[in-house]
Amino acid sequence: MSITSKEDLLKKQTEAQEKIDSYTCRILVCCGTGCVASGSMKIYEEMKRLCADLDGVEVVAQKDVPHIGIAKTGCQGLCELGPLVRIEPQHLQYVHVQIEDCKEIIEKTVLKGEPIERLFYKHDEKPCEHPEDIPFLNQQTRIVLEHCGNIDAESIDEYIAAGGFQAVVKAFFEMTPEEVVEEITKSGIRGRGGAGFPMGKKWSQVARIQSDIKYVVCNGDEGDPGAFMDGSVMEGDPYKLMEGMIIAAYAVGAKDGYIYVRAEYPLSVARLKLAITQAEEYGLLGDNILGSGVDFHLHINRGAGAFVCGEGSALTASIEGKRGMPRVKPPRTVEKGLWEKPTVLNNVETYANVARIILDGADWYRTIGTEGSTGTKTFSLTGAIENTGLIEVPMGTTLRHIIYDIGGGIKKGAAFKAVQIGGPSGGCLVEKHLDEPLDFDSVKKFNAIIGSGGLVVMDENTCMVDVAKFFMGFTQRESCGKCGPCRIGTKRMLELLNKITRGEGKMEDLDKLEETAKFIQSRSLCGLGKSAPLPVISTMQNFRHEYEEHILENKCRAHVCEAMKVYTIDPDKCKGCTKCARNCPVNAITGEKKEPHTIDQTKCIKCGTCMDNCSFGAISIK
Amino acid sequence: MTNTIYDITRESDAILLVGSNPEEAHPVLGMQLRQAVQRGARLIVVDPRDIDIAKKAEIHLKLKPGTNVAFANGMMHIFIEENLIDQKFIEERTENFEAMKEMVKDYTPERVAEICNIDADDLRRAARIYATAERAPIMYCLGVTEHHTGTEGVMSMANMAMMVGKLGKRGCGVNPIRGQNNVQGACDMGASPNQFPGYQNIDKPGILEKFEKAWGVKLNPKIGTKATDCFPKMVTGEIKGLFIFGEDPVRTDPNTHHVIKCLSSLDFLVVDELFMTETAKLADVILPGRSYAEKEGTFTNTERRVQRVRKAVEIKGNTKPDTWIFTEIMRRMGYPQPYLTPAQIMDEIASVTPSFAGISHERLDSEEVAGKGLQWPCTAKDHPGTEIMHVGKFARGLGYFRPAAYTPSMELPDEEYPLIMMTGRILYHYNACAMTDKTEEINEIAHTSFIEINTEDAERLGIADREVVSVASRRGEIQAEARVSEKTNPGECWMPFHYLGGANWITSDALDSISSTPEYKVCAVKVKKINECAGCSECCCE
Amino acid sequence: MVRLTIDGFPVEVEKGTTILHAAEKLGIKIPTLCYIEDLLPDGSCRMCVVEVKNNGRTKIDTACTLQVSEGDEVLTMSEKVIESRRMTLDLLLSDHNVHCFSCEANGNCKLQDYAYEYGVSETSYEGAKSGGEIDDSNKFFRYDPNLCILCHRCVNTCTQLVGRGAIDTMERGFQSIIGNGEGLWADGTCESCGNCVQACPTGALVMKRTNKYRPYQAQKRVRTTCPHCATGCQMDLIVKDGKIVDVEGADGPSNHGLLCVKGRSGSFDFVDHKTRIRQPLIKNHETGEFEEASWDDALDLVANKFTELKNQYGGDALAGFACSRSTNEDIYMLQKMVRTVFESNNTDNCARV
Repeated sequence: MSITSKEDLLKKQTEAQEKIDSYTCRILVCCGTGCVASGSMKIYEEMKRLCADLDGVEVVAQKDVPHIGIAKTGCQGLCELGPLVRIEPQHLQYVHVQIEDCKEIIEKTVLKGEPIERLFYKHDEKPCEHPEDIPFLNQQTRIVLEHCGNIDAESIDEYIAAGGFQAVVKAFFEMTPEEVVEEITKSGIRGRGGAGFPMGKKWSQVARIQSDIKYVVCNGDEGDPGAFMDGSVMEGDPYKLMEGMIIAAYAVGAKDGYIYVRAEYPLSVARLKLAITQAEEYGLLGDNILGSGVDFHLHINRGAGAFVCGEGSALTASIEGKRGMPRVKPPRTVEKGLWEKPTVLNNVETYANVARIILDGADWYRTIGTEGSTGTKTFSLTGAIENTGLIEVPMGTTLRHIIYDIGGGIKKGAAFKAVQIGGPSGGCLVEKHLDEPLDFDSVKKFNAIIGSGGLVVMDENTCMVDVAKFFMGFTQRESCGKCGPCRIGTKRMLELLNKITRGEGKMEDLDKLEETAKFIQSRSLCGLGKSAPLPVISTMQNFRHEYEEHILENKCRAHVCEAMKVYTIDPDKCKGCTKCARNCPVNAITGEKKEPHTIDQTKCIKCGTCMDNCSFGAISIK
Repeated sequence: MTNTIYDITRESDAILLVGSNPEEAHPVLGMQLRQAVQRGARLIVVDPRDIDIAKKAEIHLKLKPGTNVAFANGMMHIFIEENLIDQKFIEERTENFEAMKEMVKDYTPERVAEICNIDADDLRRAARIYATAERAPIMYCLGVTEHHTGTEGVMSMANMAMMVGKLGKRGCGVNPIRGQNNVQGACDMGASPNQFPGYQNIDKPGILEKFEKAWGVKLNPKIGTKATDCFPKMVTGEIKGLFIFGEDPVRTDPNTHHVIKCLSSLDFLVVDELFMTETAKLADVILPGRSYAEKEGTFTNTERRVQRVRKAVEIKGNTKPDTWIFTEIMRRMGYPQPYLTPAQIMDEIASVTPSFAGISHERLDSEEVAGKGLQWPCTAKDHPGTEIMHVGKFARGLGYFRPAAYTPSMELPDEEYPLIMMTGRILYHYNACAMTDKTEEINEIAHTSFIEINTEDAERLGIADREVVSVASRRGEIQAEARVSEKTNPGECWMPFHYLGGANWITSDALDSISSTPEYKVCAVKVKKINECAGCSECCCE
Repeated sequence: MVRLTIDGFPVEVEKGTTILHAAEKLGIKIPTLCYIEDLLPDGSCRMCVVEVKNNGRTKIDTACTLQVSEGDEVLTMSEKVIESRRMTLDLLLSDHNVHCFSCEANGNCKLQDYAYEYGVSETSYEGAKSGGEIDDSNKFFRYDPNLCILCHRCVNTCTQLVGRGAIDTMERGFQSIIGNGEGLWADGTCESCGNCVQACPTGALVMKRTNKYRPYQAQKRVRTTCPHCATGCQMDLIVKDGKIVDVEGADGPSNHGLLCVKGRSGSFDFVDHKTRIRQPLIKNHETGEFEEASWDDALDLVANKFTELKNQYGGDALAGFACSRSTNEDIYMLQKMVRTVFESNNTDNCARV
């Protein structure tokens, strides 16, 4: 069926809502990447199988006919606790659902409406029945993720039922393209891809250029280690992204759009493809959308897995089928982007904000967030934290709120050390920054960036030199190789960091490291190169003592750097059982039976086998 | 060329490339053509083969060899039918349009598609792209000229350009891409039976007298014989003595058997050469001349640009500058030709050739010219040369439409010789290879002659890719390695003409009725396996 | 027009001009490794950085990409600029196989020149070199990744100027090298034109024949026109000890510095080739063999025989063909000879064949 007018769309919305309402019960299985990894697809299939067997069974609910809807939703947020299943209309949130639980869920909850307590999340020992009872979820402001986890990510009807495409209707029929641009500008929204460039400014520049051909491009090449915000949106609510792009195309006068998705996101690609097919069938993509005369075609482009393709000019080069390498600017992407045509390039999250800005207005949007950074920001919260997962909070929320109130604090009660924010292009925030607001400008002051929103929480067991080395290794591997500072400089920095963590560092190496970092920062060709040394710069700024300890004392306080670990046997605890000596691969441990053993440090390869094998806790790392 | 390589490759919106494979025959021009496509120029390729540049073309009309005139008439039919013509240009700058219109009336796209074996809609699209482009040059090469209707083909190119007003301005024009380095200069310099230097016709009143006066000698007023027409006259005894300067007709002219017979019939053959060519072997006297690197002088490129050639080395031995050789012969035959340096010779050329009047070595070497050469017509010492011809006015006044009807090639395939064979150049060699085959690496890359043949034909004949096959025409039989692909259409094949014992043993010596250019691009051949399989179990047929 | 000063010298240039071009106008040379005239700047080598002060703000950026602004005060050799260039060279040298002595490009290497000019005699970094195997597969030239500084001049030349796109950067980051994608150089679509080699600022791409001479040993470079097709490419013949040892493309109006495989590699071996005829030859009709003769004997024979034939059968029985490969001056004299002493108009050239 085709939706050729706004009236058709309203009709469809009613129809779709009726269909949802006709379900006596809905089982929403989280099929975000996290939950899929912990087995949610199997849960989904099992639920389907079990429900099929139910045909004609009486359901204790409001309606007479048993009618159960099962949906694959996007990320429900608590990735750590997957697979997640939600039951509507009772609005129950189950966590850690296993295949064996499915039958019970159907029998008890679906058929009889009884909750299963052991599947609830427990906060301070208390079970949380509804999602809203879970602190991780109830302290968020979800605009971008509003439908994520609530609708079937593979059903355009559910999106329409939830009010989808109404922003397109409003833009097409009540606003001129100029007014759309104006509204976006007024909202103050800044690009969520990293640089924080005002979206309205970008749109108005492209809108102003006279050209028969323009493009709207979405950067879905989320490459930061530990980041999965954009992936979650593409998987969980591809329609919202699409709606944002349609509006962008209308505003700037583009007829074609490209979504560049990183190769590692097959689920995003599949969901987007499905969403595009559905939208094309409905006529919500293609020529003359909703009878408005607006044409817009949306294409998907799979990246080849290069981090650098997140850089604008490298991304467009990659879509064109060339090697993804940044080029010098000017000309900027807005003037000469894809195929040398004026191009709007924004990332997934940015586009996903557009529909609500248009529907609820710039003034409403500005009430969220801070003056300079309006709206919300999604973060992927990972690392040494109790509740890892995807969150969305207003810009300006403090780190403390995110880590302690939403994230539930540091894992196993360890002490907080730092947060790496903004991925490999970002820097670290420490204790003293806990109460600073997280927004574009504040974070920048601390030599870090909001970036795309990766938050990696680190506790006292983290070695900051090792962290710097990890990110340096990443950027070094992912350097496109175009300019010398990034290509060779990052390699040299990594070599210096390796030297330091191997215990071979000299104090001059710190100067060399700083000198090289500054050179790369100021002389690289593209933004990625310029930001590549940031993790080193910021860790050196905040944790210089750790670097110095590695060099001067041959010590890694977090006991992470292999070369600096010293395994010792406590003679008081050692019973002389010989188990450690028998298991040592290099025969570094000697001692008489029933006598305390000793480790020959010159032979020890710090593999830790002895410690794992000691039944008396006699072996420790110093 | 009416225009320059620079403006047609850098300032054009579309390019109509007909019968030309510049990537191999004029590689540096080909590079600039590829740049043009990258820049956004829309390329239309009209060529019977899938030449490499066709991949970059928006439309490739893979027409049957020998049907260029029909193609052009079809294009013009569409120009008129769809009102794409430049009425103002036609009215102000041309004459005989009505006759042209009448001629192309019958060349409907469908009929032309039938003749050329192309798609009528592709032809329509090509016509629209070329006609509606703001700036679009026609570039053509031997694929247009080397037919018995070559002259008509050339006129047809001009007719197309005039009809849409694409002459006399930048990024347009009719641009024959001349073959050899100084083929333009050879024509300019009066090595021509009916013209003195600068295309001054012998039979034009006053011209003969002018040269008699300049050279101080009585001259023969009778129009001479074209080279290709000379050969039969050698057999009949009308031509007894021949001086060949640096040519190797045994290898480059069609129908080698016949050429050898002609040259052998001469009473006296003198060859001025660098190497012991196949032709030199037939000579009575060989005079060792000098190569381009051992002399001063000028070449004129396809853009009519006269550029300097400079002496770099002198080799051991007893070679002599060619101008010295000619001077000596003149003197020994009684004409008091003074010994002149190349610079002095150019001054003499300028003195008798109006279009070269402003050209001298001194000027070419000057800061004013700055190594950019001078494009004739360059009519005075302060004339900057002519970048683009026919601006505002044609050389003859009004541009004349010369209607040409399509006529099929002279030698068409039949039962005995079922394939059309074309010949052409490859990237690595030049003409008879006299120069290129002295570079070992080039020989390592391109050492064997080959024949491109369509997969369908090859299958039918049981020929495998890279198999050495026999290729025969009414004039002879040769061997070549088969390259089986879809590059040529079924029923058509192609051979490079460079190699010893190669294509010209079998090419047709049918000549263009006006220019006497041989129809190298179309002859009928048969291709067959050399040995039928004897079941020896030792060869590849296992 | 925009007004600015460069190293204190005022200059006025059009809006959109890069600092590099503005400096050129003043005759101030800014060092570059990756820049190719007429192409969008690659901007990758970072050698051309300059210091620009304007409105109380100072920035250091690449002169090839930076467009002039009104009131710019550009310093091309400030301390900061020199320090940055030294650092660039330091890093490049840290991943370069420095064996200038045996390198074909010795004396013809921009990296060597700049390292010398900026006093970077060796790298200050320890560490690995990216390395890689030498690709020797092309008949005419070789690629040594150990000498490659990844300036991409070869790639940009091949893709944007030659339009062939036979090579590209392969691998990523530190491991980047230049190649045809898969397999060896010669396995791809390379036409062996060698324009990439001419574009290479170091010894990474060298013509194999270069090992026969050092550029500075060349006794002369002779600007001439290519003897093959009618494009009329301008090129320089490089002469050492009276022999042509190499050819380089020159910036001519029809070739803009480009050459093809024939022009670059097939235009000089034949000149002094062992098969050249170096003495007049007269055929002995009894043996059918050619015999060497003096010029006088050969020319007398030619003159006498043609005179004889002319006297007996008339000028129309004689003919003389010119060579389309030879110079205008030669051809003019040839046709003059035919017309004046053969008394014939039977002269033609090989335009038709």
